[in-house]
Amino acid sequence: MDIVKLQNLTKVFKIKEGFFHPAKDLYALNKLNLKILKNKTLGIVGESGCGKTTLANILMGLEKATSGEVKIFGQSIELQTSEQKINTQIIFQDPHSSLNPRKKIWKIIAEPLFIHTKLSNDECKIKVAEALDQVGLNPNMMDRYPHMFSGGQKQRIGIARAIILNPKILICDEPVSALDVSVQSQILNLLNNLKKELDLTLVFISHDLSVVKYFCDEVVVMYLGEIVEHSKTKELFNSPRHPYTKALLDSSPDLYDLDHQFEVINGEIPSPLDRPTGCNFITRCKFKTNKCSISPPQTNKEKLSYSCHHPLNL
Amino acid sequence: MILEIENLNLNFNNENKVVHALKSINLTLKKGQTIGIAGESGCGKTLTSLALMNLLPNNASYSADKLHFNDKDLLKISKQERHSICGIDISMIFQDPMASLNPALTIKTQIEELLIRKEKLSKDEIKVKIIELLTLVGITSPEKRLNSYPYELSGGMCQRVMIAMAISCNPKVLIADEPTTGLDVTIQAQILALLKSLQQKLNLSIIFISHDLSVLSNFCDEIYVMYAGTIVEKNKAKELINHPIHPYTKGLLACIPNKNSGIDLPSIPGIVPDLGENLIGCRFMNRCPYKKDSCIEFSSVQQTSNSKYFNCDLSEAELKVNKWI
Repeated sequence: MDIVKLQNLTKVFKIKEGFFHPAKDLYALNKLNLKILKNKTLGIVGESGCGKTTLANILMGLEKATSGEVKIFGQSIELQTSEQKINTQIIFQDPHSSLNPRKKIWKIIAEPLFIHTKLSNDECKIKVAEALDQVGLNPNMMDRYPHMFSGGQKQRIGIARAIILNPKILICDEPVSALDVSVQSQILNLLNNLKKELDLTLVFISHDLSVVKYFCDEVVVMYLGEIVEHSKTKELFNSPRHPYTKALLDSSPDLYDLDHQFEVINGEIPSPLDRPTGCNFITRCKFKTNKCSISPPQTNKEKLSYSCHHPLNL
Repeated sequence: MILEIENLNLNFNNENKVVHALKSINLTLKKGQTIGIAGESGCGKTLTSLALMNLLPNNASYSADKLHFNDKDLLKISKQERHSICGIDISMIFQDPMASLNPALTIKTQIEELLIRKEKLSKDEIKVKIIELLTLVGITSPEKRLNSYPYELSGGMCQRVMIAMAISCNPKVLIADEPTTGLDVTIQAQILALLKSLQQKLNLSIIFISHDLSVLSNFCDEIYVMYAGTIVEKNKAKELINHPIHPYTKGLLACIPNKNSGIDLPSIPGIVPDLGENLIGCRFMNRCPYKKDSCIEFSSVQQTSNSKYFNCDLSEAELKVNKWI
C-alpha cells in the first residue's frame, strides 16, 4: 500500500535580483511522481542542491507545493487536520544545531506534546522517559541541557522528539552525516529497531551511498529537482540505468573494492536557474547524443523507472 | 625522509587541569609518498598537523624527540626560519573551504598574499602566476574568476582555490585536512584526482587527514589510525583495510555498513576517555572487547615489520579472533 503519493509535484521559488529585474523562477522540484510504500525505507540520494531537503520540507508541510498533489494516507496534505499531521515527523541533519541550547532536554522532547496534546507536565515527563528509554538513553538524564551530551546522544534526543507522538512516517534528513562511523552504526541500528517496533515508514535522505545501500529498500536518485532513477536498492547498485547513477556509484570510494578505479565525471551540477535545454544531465553526460539536447527524456515506467534516452545495462 | 616526527607529545595547560592531547606520536613521510591519518573527531588528527605548522593556541605546549623537515630540526631553528618553512615548504589545505576563505576579499587578493610574501614579483607577474595556478587546479576561465568572491563559487571551486593557495609557493609537503568532507561524492572524486595529478606534477609528499577510511584506502600508501591522541596502528593502506590488527581499527572497519543489509551493525560501546584525566595504560581499554588485566599497566608498541606497527599489549595471534559482531 502506498501511504505517500506525489503527483506532478512542483516547487518554484521566486528569486529576486534587485528592484528593476523581474523575479526569476527557480524550479527546486520539477514534476515529481513518487509513491512511498508502507513499512519500507525509501532512500533519497543526490548532490547538494538537487532538492532532497525541499522534498522533505514539503512532506512535512513546512513548504507549500506550487503545483501538483501530495497525498498522505489518501488525504491531500493541505487539508490535513492537526491529528493527521502528527503522522509525519522529521529528524534533522545536524544534531548540534537542531536542539535549543537553552532548554532542558525533556522540554525539547516534550515540545510536540505541548503543541498537540493537553497533557500536564508530569504526564509529559512520563512519556519523555518512555521515549528516552526507547532511544537508548537513561531517563534520569532528562533534566540536563543539550551541551552535556555527545553528538550521537544528541541525535538520539532528536529521534526521541520525532517518535514521541507515535508517527507513522519518519523523515530522516541526513541523520548520520555529522556523526563518526562508530556512532553512525549505533544510530542506524536504533532506526532499524524503531522501524520494526513502531511500524514506521522511513524516508531516508543521505549523500552516503554505502549507508543507503545498507539501510534502504528502494532508492530514488535526484538530479536538479527531478527524479532520474527509482528502483530497488539491489538493482540500482548492481545495474544502474541512468548515467548519473552510474557516475555517482563510480565516484564513491569502496572499502571492499580497493582496486576500484575512480571514474571522475566532469563539471558540477548546473544552477537550477539556468537549466540546460533537453536532458538536465546533458552538460556532464558521457553518453549524450543530439536527441538529448532536443527533448527531455520521458520517465520510463515499466518495472523500473528512469528518465534517460540512452539507459545503461539493458 | 622528508618529514620525521618522533615521540611528539602535546599538552593543553588549562587553569585547573592539563589535557594530554597527543601522546608519543611517531610519523615519517618519504618523498613523493602519501600517508593518511584516520580517526574519529577529537582524536588529534588535526592537532598533529597544527603542531607541525606551529599554529597552536597559546595554552598548548609540545615537545618531541625529533621534529625534522628535510633533515632540519624544526625545534632548534629560529622563529624566522620556522616561519619561512611553515606555510611555504609545508603548506596546508583546511577542512571547510567555504569557512576558511575570507568572505570579504576576492580570491585574487587571497592567493597573492603568499606570493607577495615569498616571491618578489611585480603586479603583472603575480597576475600571470595566479592565472597559471588557477588553470593548474582546474578552474575554468580563470581570468573571469580572479575577481570573484568566495560566495560566488561552489564548494568544490572554493576547495580548488584553497589548493591553489597551498601550492602557490611550490611546497614540498602538503597537509590536506579533510579536504573532501562536506563535498558531494562526484566533486570529492574530482578533488582527489586533482590532488593525485598535482602530486605527480609537483613531486609533492602528502599527509591526508580524513575520518573516512574508504577515501584513505583509495588515496594513500600508508595509513595511521589514531585514537584519543595516540597512534594505535600503522600499516600499508591495503593491508590495514584487509588485515586490521588493533581492536580499534577492527571495530572502526566493522562499523562501516556493507553489503549485509538487515543485519545489525556492530558498534564500539562507550565513549572516548577524557584526556584531562590522568590516563594510565591503554587508552582504548574501556571500550575494548579484547581487554585483559595487563592492559591497565601499559600499552606497548609492537613493530612487526618495517612499515607496520600497532599499539596493543596483546600479541598478533591473540588479536586474530574477531570479537566485533
